[in-house]
Amino acid sequence: MKQFQYQRASTQQGVLEAISKPGTKIIAGGTNLVDHMKHGLIAPDKLVDITHLPLKGITPTKTGLHLGTLALNSVVSEDALVLQKQPLLSMALKAGASPQLRNMATVGGNMMQRTRCTYFYDTTMPCNKREPGTGCGAMEGYNRMHAIFGASAQCIAVHPSDMCVALAALDATVIVVGKKGQRHIPFTEFHRLPDDHPELDNHLAKDEMIIGVDIPDNNFAKNSYYLKVRDRQSYAFALVSVAAALDLSGGTIKKARLAMGGVAHKPWRLFEAEKFMEGKSVTEETFKQAAQIALQGAKAYEYNAFKLKLAPASIVEALKQASGLA
Amino acid sequence: MEKEKNHSRPVEESDVKDNSRRDFLKKSALMTAVALTPVAAAKAAELHIDERIAGAFEKMPLNVEINGVAHNLMVEPRSTLLDILREQLDLTGTKKGCDLGQCGACTVHVDGHRVNSCLTLGIMVNGKKVTTIEGLAKGNQLHPMQEAFLKHDGFQCGYCTPGQIMSAVACVREGHANSEHEIREYMSGNICRCGAYPNIVNAIQEVKEGGMAI
Repeated sequence: MKQFQYQRASTQQGVLEAISKPGTKIIAGGTNLVDHMKHGLIAPDKLVDITHLPLKGITPTKTGLHLGTLALNSVVSEDALVLQKQPLLSMALKAGASPQLRNMATVGGNMMQRTRCTYFYDTTMPCNKREPGTGCGAMEGYNRMHAIFGASAQCIAVHPSDMCVALAALDATVIVVGKKGQRHIPFTEFHRLPDDHPELDNHLAKDEMIIGVDIPDNNFAKNSYYLKVRDRQSYAFALVSVAAALDLSGGTIKKARLAMGGVAHKPWRLFEAEKFMEGKSVTEETFKQAAQIALQGAKAYEYNAFKLKLAPASIVEALKQASGLA
Repeated sequence: MEKEKNHSRPVEESDVKDNSRRDFLKKSALMTAVALTPVAAAKAAELHIDERIAGAFEKMPLNVEINGVAHNLMVEPRSTLLDILREQLDLTGTKKGCDLGQCGACTVHVDGHRVNSCLTLGIMVNGKKVTTIEGLAKGNQLHPMQEAFLKHDGFQCGYCTPGQIMSAVACVREGHANSEHEIREYMSGNICRCGAYPNIVNAIQEVKEGGMAI
């Protein structure tokens, strides 16, 4: 790892000052950043440690729940308010990483984690995300873990987070701050598709920092489920994951929320499938049709064609679990 | 001297503008070498003397309690907690496996919570309490989890064992050892290439069922 300067920030203003200089990166849990530095993917001149800022809280608001950006993944996953109001988020967090990593990883850091595409990690291979213009090693390579939605000719990597899939489904909002003040970004618009700039994972400006996430109250708590399908039972990235949340009235679906992980460059919200389900009755047939709608536009590569079957099957299973049909 | 004094303390916000310090140090170190002889300069470059001098200036104080003992150390910001434990303090019980947060061999407790010490920058545990495998036993009396691993043969080669035990203690303390399934899920961050998993689960279950405060 290349040497760098270390600065312990005590104020938000201090962080903004620091990150306005090129070569400076924020560090919180460090689980992804330190990994990247060890791999030689990045070599910052300076790290600004934000873990001493008072941004750890999980607090109820008038309209929902606020998660401070520094709330640890382990703490959020076991928080009484989260379990009561947003059990889907807890399920997703517990499906991610290991207990040790969840004790280090923060909400904001989880959002900022980068793809686990092996071509991104391998500095001897071309990668437009790591080094724009070098090409995509995965496109013609071993692309088993890669995207089936929203990929571009430059990049077919997927976003690795579980937490983000739940937050995308739950209509969360990201609160960021920069020198010009705060702005709020809908969670589904925080991360971006690769298009012609796969080096950019999200819409956070270089001189901005995440300070928290708001989740609006909803009626999904009773009928939520996070399904993660992976190569081993635990501690592996998703081949496909599904966050399903339903608001049911008798046997009818009043509202539905559906998002997928492991399939796109960002948490993949399935708006069309949600719309289709609203007003329909809770049956396996409804879920199968929703899954079919969800898969419209999906495109596989040489080694990930199995996802075209795994994804709809996972959607049906998650919806069955969420609705109590399973 | 003033310069050296300044830079041996944690960098605060007031130092933000001092971005080229490292470059300055490297250049001045090389210029010193050049002032000697061309041969000395070439040798200095070859040995990365510039890097080493800059590195020495860049060490920062780390005050941390490890296994109940207070330590006042000087560390490079890039040193991980794992490397500081092993290389600076000779606490080699904590193992380096993958060094990338994937295997759990380096698991230690920071303020009572289990973390991967290979992904933890040492400088970031300033003011905290670290417990390693060396800190579990009380004198000659092994920790109940260590006893249970011995009794149940919870290892073969033993390399992952310190991490397994640190994780296992945390697993029970967290309340995540209520069933075999739960233990397996909450121990999934510790890989055992020998495959001693069934025995590890048995050891944890015995400690859990013993009901002892650990």
